[in-house]
Amino acid sequence: MSAPTPKGVLTTPIFKNNPIALQILGICSALAVTSSMSVSLVMAMAVIFVTALSNLFVSLLRHQIPSAIRIIVQMTIIASLVIVVDQILKAYAYEMSKQLSVFVGLIITNCIVMGRAEGFAMQNPPLLSFLDGIGNGLGYGFILMVVSFFRELLGSGSVFGFTVLQPVQDGGWYVPNGLLLLPPSAFFIIGLIIWVLRSLNPEQIEENEFTMKANTQPKEAV
Amino acid sequence: MAQSNNSIKKILTVAFALCIVCSIIVSTAAVALRSKQQLNQELDRKSNILAVADLYEPGMDIEEAYNEQITPRVVDLNSGEYSDDYDPQSYDSFQAAKDPAQSRTLSGEKDIAGLSRLENHSTVYLVGDPDDPQQLILPIRGQGLWGLMRGYLSVQGDGNTINGITFYSHSETPGLGGEVDNPRWKAQWEGKEIFAEDESVQPAIQLVKGGASGETEVDALSGASLTSKGVSNLLQFWLSPEGFGEYLAKFREDISPSEVQGMATASDDTEGA
Repeated sequence: MSAPTPKGVLTTPIFKNNPIALQILGICSALAVTSSMSVSLVMAMAVIFVTALSNLFVSLLRHQIPSAIRIIVQMTIIASLVIVVDQILKAYAYEMSKQLSVFVGLIITNCIVMGRAEGFAMQNPPLLSFLDGIGNGLGYGFILMVVSFFRELLGSGSVFGFTVLQPVQDGGWYVPNGLLLLPPSAFFIIGLIIWVLRSLNPEQIEENEFTMKANTQPKEAV
Repeated sequence: MAQSNNSIKKILTVAFALCIVCSIIVSTAAVALRSKQQLNQELDRKSNILAVADLYEPGMDIEEAYNEQITPRVVDLNSGEYSDDYDPQSYDSFQAAKDPAQSRTLSGEKDIAGLSRLENHSTVYLVGDPDDPQQLILPIRGQGLWGLMRGYLSVQGDGNTINGITFYSHSETPGLGGEVDNPRWKAQWEGKEIFAEDESVQPAIQLVKGGASGETEVDALSGASLTSKGVSNLLQFWLSPEGFGEYLAKFREDISPSEVQGMATASDDTEGA
C-alpha cells in the first residue's frame, strides 16, 4: 500500500473504500436512523465530527498512549466527544435529538470511529488522521443519505420532509411502501448499493474463501 | 510505540491525565448548555399543552401563544380548589409526588394507575379566560405495559366533554402500544364524555375492544390490550374523586365539589362494610 496522501485519505473512503459498503461497518445505525433524510443528515454530521476529532486526538497522543491500555484510551476520547455532541444537539436541535434518541449515544459503539482510531490514527500524523476521519465520516454519510433518500421517498413520499409524491392518505395517488419505513428495508438498499459499487470497481469483489462442490450425483451416493 | 510507554507509572499517568481532561470537557459542555436544554424541554412541554388544546400550528411562536392563551393554576386535589400556596410556574408535581410532605401513598386497590404515590397538588392549564375557561388541560400519568405513560387530557369548559388527549412520554411497543401517540387514534377522543350520568362521580370513559359505541367508549389499540388497559385505568383514576374529580365538579352543572366529597366517602363506607 502506498503512503497515504491528504487528498487520498479524504476521498477514497467515499466510493473506493467505503466503511459501510466495503468494510460493512456501522450498519446498525445505518438501519436505524435512515427513515428520514433530515435525521440522517444530522446523524452523518455527528459521525463526521466524532471520527475527525477522535482521529485527531488519538493521533496527537499516539506516542504517549501505552499500548496496554490503548483501546480504553481511544474509547474514553470517543465517548467524551459523543457526549459533547449529544449535549450540543439537545441544546440546539432538540427535535432532532428526540428523534435520534439513543443513536447519538450509540456512536460510541460505531465500529467506524473505533476502527479508524485504532487502524489509522495510531500510525499516522495528526492532520492526515483528521482528514481520514472526515473522509470516513463522509463515506458513512454518503451511504446514509442515499439509503434515507430512497426510504423517505418511497416510504413517505417526501424528500427532506417536502412532499414529492402525494400519499393516498392525504388525498394523493401514491401508496406509500410501509416496508421502507421499517429498519430491515435498509438492508435491501445497502445491498443494492454494494452491488452497484462493486460493479463499478470490480477490484472490490472479494475472492471466494471456498468454492461450493457440485451436487453429489445420485449414483455416487448409492 | 516505545516500550517505555508500558511502565506502570506511565500507564497510570496517562490514564489519570486523560480522565481529568475528558471529564473537564464533558462537564463543561453539560453545565454550559444546561440552561439552553431546559429551555428546550420547557418549550416542548408548552407545545404539548398547545397541541392537546388544538391550538398548535407548526412554525408558530410557542412562547407567545402559550403566554397569551394558557394560564397555569395549582389545584388542591383533595378539595378541588385552586391553591395559592405554590407558584404555578415553578411547581413541579413530579417532584412533589416523591416528597412525603407533599404527597400521600395510595393503597393497593385504589392505585389502579400504578402510581404508588400521589401528590396533594397538581398543576392544571386553563385555556382562555381563567374565570370561565374554554378548556381545562389536566396532566395525567399511569403505568402502561412497559413503563409510565405521561400525557395531557384536554376537557371542555363543561367539565365532562373530552377535547383531546396526548402522551408525550411513554415506552410502549412501537407499532402496537406505541400507537397511543398516533394522531388518527387520538382524533376519535374528541367529543367523548367522561361521565355517563349527570350526577355520577365515577368516570365511565374507557377503551373497549371491537368497536366503540356510545359517548363514553373509545376504540382500544389493536394488538395492545395491556396498553389500552393502562390508558383506561389512568383515566379512571385521574378523573375519579381521587384525582381531578372534585376539581371537575366545579365546572359541571349537576354536581358540586362538596357532593363529590360526600359521595366519595359514602362509597368508601359501603366498601368498608
